[in-house]
Amino acid sequence: MQILGLSKRDSTFLLIVIALTLLTPILIQPFPVGSGLNTFNAGYPDLMQKIAIFGIFAIGFNILFGLTGYLSFGHAAFLGIGSYSTVWMYKLLDYNVLWGLPLAIIVSGLFALVIGFISLRRSGIYFSILTLAFAQMMYNLAYSVLTPITNGETGLQVYESDPQVLLGANEPSSPHLFGIVMRENFWTPKIGGWEFTFNNGYYFTAIIAIIVFYLSLRIFRSPFGLMLRAIKTNQTRLNYTGINTRPYTLAAFVISGMYAGLAGGLLAAMDPLAGAERMQWTASGEVVLMVILGGAGTLMGPVLGAAFIKYLENIFSKINDSVLHGWFAWMPDGLEDFLIGVSHFFVGKSWHLTSGLMFMLVVIFLPGGLVEGGQRIKALFKKKRTSGDDGAGTEAQPTAAE
Amino acid sequence: MSKSNFTRRGLLKTGAVTGAGLAMPTIFTSGAAAFTNEPTGNTVTFGFNVPQTGPYADEGLDELRAQELAVEHINGMGDGGMLNTFSSKALDGTGILGKKADFVTGDTQTKSDAARASAKSMIEKDGVVMINGGSSSGVAVAVQGLCQEAGIIFMAGLTHSNDTTGKDRKANGFRHFFNAYMSGAALAPVLKEAYGTDRRAYHLTADYTWGWTQQESIQSATEALGWETVNNVLTPVGAGDFSSYITPVMNSGADVLILNHYGGDMINSLTQAVQFGLRDAQANGKNFEIVVPLYSELMAAGAGENIKGVYGSMNWNWQLSDAGTQAFVKSFGEKYGRPPSNSAHTCYVQTLLYADAVTRAGSFNPCAVAEALEGFEFDGLGNGPTLYRAEDHQCFKDVLVMKGAENPTTEYDTLEIVEQTAVEQVMYEPNHPMFGGDDATLGECNDGA
Repeated sequence: MQILGLSKRDSTFLLIVIALTLLTPILIQPFPVGSGLNTFNAGYPDLMQKIAIFGIFAIGFNILFGLTGYLSFGHAAFLGIGSYSTVWMYKLLDYNVLWGLPLAIIVSGLFALVIGFISLRRSGIYFSILTLAFAQMMYNLAYSVLTPITNGETGLQVYESDPQVLLGANEPSSPHLFGIVMRENFWTPKIGGWEFTFNNGYYFTAIIAIIVFYLSLRIFRSPFGLMLRAIKTNQTRLNYTGINTRPYTLAAFVISGMYAGLAGGLLAAMDPLAGAERMQWTASGEVVLMVILGGAGTLMGPVLGAAFIKYLENIFSKINDSVLHGWFAWMPDGLEDFLIGVSHFFVGKSWHLTSGLMFMLVVIFLPGGLVEGGQRIKALFKKKRTSGDDGAGTEAQPTAAE
Repeated sequence: MSKSNFTRRGLLKTGAVTGAGLAMPTIFTSGAAAFTNEPTGNTVTFGFNVPQTGPYADEGLDELRAQELAVEHINGMGDGGMLNTFSSKALDGTGILGKKADFVTGDTQTKSDAARASAKSMIEKDGVVMINGGSSSGVAVAVQGLCQEAGIIFMAGLTHSNDTTGKDRKANGFRHFFNAYMSGAALAPVLKEAYGTDRRAYHLTADYTWGWTQQESIQSATEALGWETVNNVLTPVGAGDFSSYITPVMNSGADVLILNHYGGDMINSLTQAVQFGLRDAQANGKNFEIVVPLYSELMAAGAGENIKGVYGSMNWNWQLSDAGTQAFVKSFGEKYGRPPSNSAHTCYVQTLLYADAVTRAGSFNPCAVAEALEGFEFDGLGNGPTLYRAEDHQCFKDVLVMKGAENPTTEYDTLEIVEQTAVEQVMYEPNHPMFGGDDATLGECNDGA
């Protein structure tokens, strides 16, 4: 079956992605609520929204980094610009996200055009440093200098005294799309001990995520995508053959900037607040980690990486000593204390250590990211099935690059 | 091609069905509970949202210790701490309204976004009825706004900016900690006593909301004494090196340097000011002086020798001699082997005050709890007689003026109490211009129903 101009293989892949995305509220809520493993459940609205949004951010970043190899350390700036644009639309017009999101994409695209135009005059580490410098500059502007526009450290939020000229009498007082309130859940079934949450906001972001995933798939498969890959492989040779690569890299930079702006706008659509920390260099670094962890240059990798990091950040940081006591209470005292003592270094306030270790393991043993891990497992099974047949050469090729 | 058209329509159909699902009125699914996260079992869950990583991690961890202790005392474990000295006797150590208090913790990373994500997971996943904590005003304002939207109570931890109960005040948010205005009002008489009325002040101010509100507060308090403000220089947050900002101070004609910095910034700027010889310098025929309006134990420990004789203010200090303080310091010390910090104290007190308000209201409904807290007068929690003002949800109590101790004996008494400024001195009108003026309103209480 082929849909929307995709090859058969890609169509199947897209359908799998759609299914996974729509079933997320069930898939990441595998344990009954009352059980001790409930801590590992991730099926609550905020985390699901974050995973989808940072997935979009990482998909966009991957178009630049994964295809052209240009490593930007300043993409968080566009995330912040997207959020500020959207919140300003809340303040000036009303809470309908329809006004803010397009503006977020346009404004961040314009900023990306200017920053990209300047930064792309250099490549390699100089390009990274330039983008980092721009992002830090914008962060500092947002944090203090431009406080009348950004509300500084406190973050931009909507006050009752704001104009909100389009605000209707019965309009919800939080972000919505024509009355569908993002914060609300449309279905919260309880089946046995399991509880699932189907949230308006999550499905809104999920549908947008599927659309932008499809766009990225098309870019990957297009001649434009091929040109971007050529830039990554050998830019000098392209230049010698008389091709000006700058427009291509600039286009990739602007597209990924717009993705980041969209993600920023969606962050504000889920939660009507925009803070300057969103633009800090750590946030820029985070998306680099997500893409590398998942697998740079692959389609699915960035989304997996985003989900992985957000999961660690939100779930592991909440495991404190009393939760550990609950788990290990059945053990003999000495062993219990020992296990708690050891686990203590990996959870709660030390969740950074866990994510750091994971990152190291992936980079050392799976240079292609989590996606490579999946491919290896797949290859392992295939090998077993066709043992004796020396077809390793065809199987080992990362054909679809998923 | 036709195949493609068919599936495209199929996709549109799927989209339409999903859209219909999204548009389905939520009235059928919500409204089961009377208010957000109504506790139904035999436990009630609090959310302790503190910085466990980042620049204020030490303060956050001390807050967690105190919060855990408060939960123990509410559940009748340990020696009861301040419950024995608290003027309200509604809490009897059997939990809250027959339910055992339980808690979850989260890491704010001192970032508004991370703090809100963590608070949301507490509300959406763990079903908390109250969130307590925060070691920064930006975070406190952000989480307070979230709690207002979600319909639970926010009991602020360490947040010193005027805005928290000023222009950003919320009906569901309460602050026990003092604020920048109170620091200025409390410090002014002591500064007048120590340094006279003819002084010229030079401000170095952290360039963000908290720094500005504090600078504004201190400037107006000192100018009321007759001091002159020579200059106010804004410094970037986390600058690390302040030497280029301190060099011009010497020749500016100022004779007092006021450092509106907090945390690591304050440690660096004070240390460098002392290294540059400002403390030994003479200006306008007077000894050059340095003032740090907001102190914390952590900063005092970080600045070491340099804080000797430097004035500042605090919400509370473990060296106070009243019964409440002694009871708290005793049970905290027995459990953790160290005296509590002033951020730990405010979180402990806030947790007790919440539990007490629930018991007096007879309900976990945030609006009932808010009503019980509004205008509540109490004593025995370490600050003397205290009022939770109804108009802005700010606590009014005595403020401590502190000075870096000349001869500290341990690492915990590097600060000494100079004066306990009476509450009348630091009182202000709810519509004070520094607190958002007449525009600032609490809004409607939200119980999420």
